[in-house]
Amino acid sequence: MQFATITSPHSDRPNSVTSTMLWVIIALLPGTVAMSWYFGWGILIHMVLASVVALACEAAVLKLRGRPVRPALGDLSAVVTALLFAIAVPPLLPWWMMLLGVAFAIIVAKHLYGGIGYNPFNPAMVGYVLLLVSYPVEMTSWLPPSILNETPLDFIQTLSVIFGGALPAGLTWDAITMATPLDQMRTLLNQNMMISEIRQSPLWGDFGGRGWEWVGNWYLLGGVILLYKRVISWHIPVAMLGAVLVFAMFFHVLDQEAHPFGLFHIFSGATLLGAFFIATDPVSAATTKRGQLIYGAGIGALTYIIRRWGGYPDAVAFAVLLMNMAAPMIDYYTQPRVFGHRSGGDD
Amino acid sequence: MYYPSDNTTTRRLYRFPGGLHLPDNKAQSTGAACRKALLPERLILPLQQHIGAPAKVLVERGERVLKGQLIALQQGRISAPVHAPSSGTVIDISEQPVPHPSGLPALCITIETDGLEQWQELPQPLGDYRNHDPAEIVARIRDAGIVGLGGASFPTGVKLEPGAGQPVTTLIINGAECEPYITCDDMLMREQAPRVIAGVAILKWLSGARECLIGIEDNKPQAIAAMQQALEQHRIDGCEVVSIPTRYPSGGERQLIRVLTGKEVPSGQIPARIGILCNNVGTAAAVADAVLEGKPLISRYLTVTGEGCANPCNLEVLIGTPVGELIAQAGGYTDKASRLIMGGPMMGFTLEHDRVPAIKASNCLLVASTREAPDPGRASACIRCGQCALACPVSLLPQQMYWYARAKDLEKTQEYNLFDCIECGCCSHVCPAHIPLVQYFRYAKNESWDQERERKKSELARQRHEAKSARIERMEAEKKARMQKKKAALAKRPALKKGTSTQGDPKKAAIEEAMKRAAEKKARLAEEGVAPKNTDNLNAAQQRQIDQADARRGEPGVQGASEPTTSGKD
Ligand code: SF4
Ligand code: SF4
Repeated sequence: MQFATITSPHSDRPNSVTSTMLWVIIALLPGTVAMSWYFGWGILIHMVLASVVALACEAAVLKLRGRPVRPALGDLSAVVTALLFAIAVPPLLPWWMMLLGVAFAIIVAKHLYGGIGYNPFNPAMVGYVLLLVSYPVEMTSWLPPSILNETPLDFIQTLSVIFGGALPAGLTWDAITMATPLDQMRTLLNQNMMISEIRQSPLWGDFGGRGWEWVGNWYLLGGVILLYKRVISWHIPVAMLGAVLVFAMFFHVLDQEAHPFGLFHIFSGATLLGAFFIATDPVSAATTKRGQLIYGAGIGALTYIIRRWGGYPDAVAFAVLLMNMAAPMIDYYTQPRVFGHRSGGDD
Repeated sequence: MYYPSDNTTTRRLYRFPGGLHLPDNKAQSTGAACRKALLPERLILPLQQHIGAPAKVLVERGERVLKGQLIALQQGRISAPVHAPSSGTVIDISEQPVPHPSGLPALCITIETDGLEQWQELPQPLGDYRNHDPAEIVARIRDAGIVGLGGASFPTGVKLEPGAGQPVTTLIINGAECEPYITCDDMLMREQAPRVIAGVAILKWLSGARECLIGIEDNKPQAIAAMQQALEQHRIDGCEVVSIPTRYPSGGERQLIRVLTGKEVPSGQIPARIGILCNNVGTAAAVADAVLEGKPLISRYLTVTGEGCANPCNLEVLIGTPVGELIAQAGGYTDKASRLIMGGPMMGFTLEHDRVPAIKASNCLLVASTREAPDPGRASACIRCGQCALACPVSLLPQQMYWYARAKDLEKTQEYNLFDCIECGCCSHVCPAHIPLVQYFRYAKNESWDQERERKKSELARQRHEAKSARIERMEAEKKARMQKKKAALAKRPALKKGTSTQGDPKKAAIEEAMKRAAEKKARLAEEGVAPKNTDNLNAAQQRQIDQADARRGEPGVQGASEPTTSGKD
């Protein structure tokens, strides 16, 4: 009998890129369902649309690069990018902006750098930031959560807004859209209002904006799933959330009326989504354990700083991209101490 | 859980980084007691079944040999002899396929057995070994051909030689058997615990260790119980059976030392450096046989398992038995047999066919199905998930090493401590991109060794060149000396004619004599390569070259850090 000669190990491998990505998608479900509940059909429509566009772009680029298409599409990484992008943009974003953002993410941010594993920046965030700086108005026109929304759009109406730009009769953009709680807080604080005044509006819940804080909770649940399945390790999320909390608490203690308390920052904007799903994107993050702590803390700190002093309402995307740049250097300086060596590095 | 010896009440255990919980798949082969394998018609005995120099053949084709007879003698310090596992006739001494990852054939002695199992006269049993000179016992162990049976197959006698620096304080007996599927040590401990413990006592006495820890993974409760019982009867001072958590690769020498003692063996050093001696339970049993019964190492426990064989089991096999016959005794192949692995699934290597013999280091034959060992499939790009680094028991960064190995940047791989990699396979196992990481590391190590050899070769060439220059110089010197002699002779002649003898000038003669001696000495030294270099009449370019060479020679100490260390090779 003749046998194949293959090098060890000979085990059945428990992990695959596809299963990793699949778990990310599964873990995103609670949060996305909650978002759809609060913000209507637009979320779902964009998730489907973005996925289709992402897969089409990926297939086209792979073909152009002469790479096998099927295994690469099957790894689902393009879908994860598309989903993260879709839930980051406003639910009524015109379809062509969505297409532009996703195509940029996949073609430029991912494949121009060499495809999966080689992109130094998180593709979804690159696409998001491109749109944010190009179309700031559209990108900050969010819907009010359903509990506050007197005129929710149905499926057909949502479709026609996204694809035709036509609002249902009798409605105006101003009437149906609303800034995000983070945006609102910032604007009002800039008008020298006090937090106790600001929070009197029905917009606010226990920690952040009503509706929004619940979405955050569900993403937190998704994060716990990822941790439990060991798709991600705790280092980045804990460091990032910890840094946001520490910064926010510090300033809150300095002046309670000018700086919202810590949990507001955790449950607002993309903090929880970012901590568990965006900052943890393995390709563009730091990989050593100590490095991940630094990387996560850096994102948390930058998020707070940009939110507070920067020109944009949310900052997770910028913070992630900035730390992406630092990741290789962080990795280099945080190499673990090798077993049997006295000090770390290349001793 | 442990044997409370002396005044020890609890033993603190330590962790090593990384590691994996793997499905152990050991129950398949532990259902029945270990059987003696049938005597094969032919025994194939490779001359090199150990680390070090191959043994030298002592028999001739056609010669009749007895069971236990020495048929090949160790050569050099690090080597091990080979004995005939059964009586019969030497029918061939030639290159045969052997179980080696390279798949290359090697010189083997083939014995046709006669079924008589006729023993040769064995050396005296040394039940009272404590009254003998330890050196005599070590020699006995070496002459019995005992090598590490845990897989490393380093000659045990060499390990036991005293004087290698640090005195041994702790003896560690490795019964961890962490790799899935393999159960030969487990069964040996269950069935032959007194024999193992007797060997442990000898090893402890020989090494002079105060403390002896027998580490066994806690997934082998029966082995632990049997060993504890045997230990209770044998009573060895300061010896303890320690149940350790099941986590691959806790049976790795360095990992086990860490778990039991909390100490880390410094990179590139052997455990003796920190006063630790490590031996496998099978080795201990073989030591007991050699010392207490005078028997050489001619058989061992071996696991035959996997979905590809009908009745997984453990067999006590004669060294040299062809693998195919062992599988036949385990019920033969099933339809599912797709890969034949010698060793376990994590570190074993595949055999192309079953006509190779089981050797001293063979602990397991895994006939794997496609479910157990699926085809590796296509690797995709690394997604930098860091799983590999989390799993690595040495805290390496496999992802970075892979990156540089792929780019053939060997220096960088060494900067990332390639040579600390124990090839345990944890990183490959967990990699979601299915990159054969270990394969890249083996490749990079081999390439580095090749480079090192090249470097040594060019060093040798340089030395040869220098020797040649010295030879030329010496010839010149001789020529000069001859000329001088001639001159002197010529000078003498007229003097003779003139009737003035050298006696009249004894000083001059003495000086001449001294000069001749000096020239001769210089020439002799030059020949031996210790003479001063020919640095008298060099041009600038030559001088520069020499300076560079000197600088290079001075460097290795510095370079050493990034050069492959010799320890990586053993
Ligand atoms: S486990 Fe594989 S994919 Fe993940 S970082 Fe290591 S080499 Fe890359
Ligand atoms: S094979 Fe080498 S690099 Fe991979 S986990 Fe084992 S020791 Fe680490």
